[in-house]
Amino acid sequence: MIKARIAIPSDVAVGDSIEIKTLVSHPMESGFRLDYGGEVIPRAIIETFEVRYLDEQVFTMQFGPGIAANPYVSFYLTAEQSGQIEFIWMEQGGEITEIVRDINVTAS
Amino acid sequence: MTARILVTSLLLFVSLLMTENLLAAELSFKPGIEFQSLDIQNMQNDDFQNPGMLFVDAGEQLASTPVGKTNKACIDCHEKFDGVARQFPKFNSRLKQTVSLTSQVLACRTDHQQAEALSYESKTALSLTTYVTHQSRGLSYHDVDDGLSEAIARGRDYYYSRKGQLNLACVHCHEQNSGKFLRGDLISHGVSTGYPIYRLEWQGMGSLHRRFRACDIGVRAEPAIMGGQVYTELELYLRTRETGLTITAPGVRR
Repeated sequence: MIKARIAIPSDVAVGDSIEIKTLVSHPMESGFRLDYGGEVIPRAIIETFEVRYLDEQVFTMQFGPGIAANPYVSFYLTAEQSGQIEFIWMEQGGEITEIVRDINVTAS
Repeated sequence: MTARILVTSLLLFVSLLMTENLLAAELSFKPGIEFQSLDIQNMQNDDFQNPGMLFVDAGEQLASTPVGKTNKACIDCHEKFDGVARQFPKFNSRLKQTVSLTSQVLACRTDHQQAEALSYESKTALSLTTYVTHQSRGLSYHDVDDGLSEAIARGRDYYYSRKGQLNLACVHCHEQNSGKFLRGDLISHGVSTGYPIYRLEWQGMGSLHRRFRACDIGVRAEPAIMGGQVYTELELYLRTRETGLTITAPGVRR
């Protein structure tokens, strides 16, 4: 289960380009490190991150083992209307974490 | 004649002002974040980029989760933590020793909550410390208690004692050579107001005592125990150098 911090601007008008920021808590273990006993620490990473806005995919990202722990991802989105933004992370092994946030868009 | 006197006195006044400024600049220490790159400074200042905030969130949750035989959460006894971190390290009369904030958290856990003991650098201990310290962000540490003068003196001794195969004391790097490069990093003034920090190299949170340990290992000295008297007294001595600086935890370092 991924714990995330998500920032969506609150004062948004139609047509605005807004920055969405996400920061998730995840070890992103690369699978290349050894523990103190010399054993390989198994790889444990997030594999994909997808964002859907008004039931449409607006952002997607593939993670690799070279990405540091607790990854921070931000991207821009054009606000069209009020609705829900879904954030979906898929970890290695197929575990899915989904967080839904509302966005309030006012007519400009 | 009067004009000349005026000019001379004005010059004297200005030069006096300048020396005063120079003296002030020599005596004041800058917080560690000012020795970091602009990228890292931005990362620390933006709560949504600062990875330390994940530990603040985790700490907040832990503080309200009942644990141990007494089934009590931190918030059952402590209503709020505003400004609490400002008093540490302080003398704990029950333990009869000077304790850092983390040691106090650990003692609370074993004594009042009767839960399993945690290690000083465990994720739970760090999260709780980060959460509590974050509640004092923007405030300064209290002036250290005069009753602790002996402990401060011992901490000061550690700060000024040469140690390790490199035969260096804290003061040699952090005062006599601060601002210079040590490999890729600028040497800071050894100010602890940003701790606990999220260090990118550690890929996680670390306590001030972990930083002390890393410094000691860096000069090839035998590191002391995290949470032990040596490092707690060193932390106490550092507080005496930090008057006027505000707490910025959770800090971010390279």
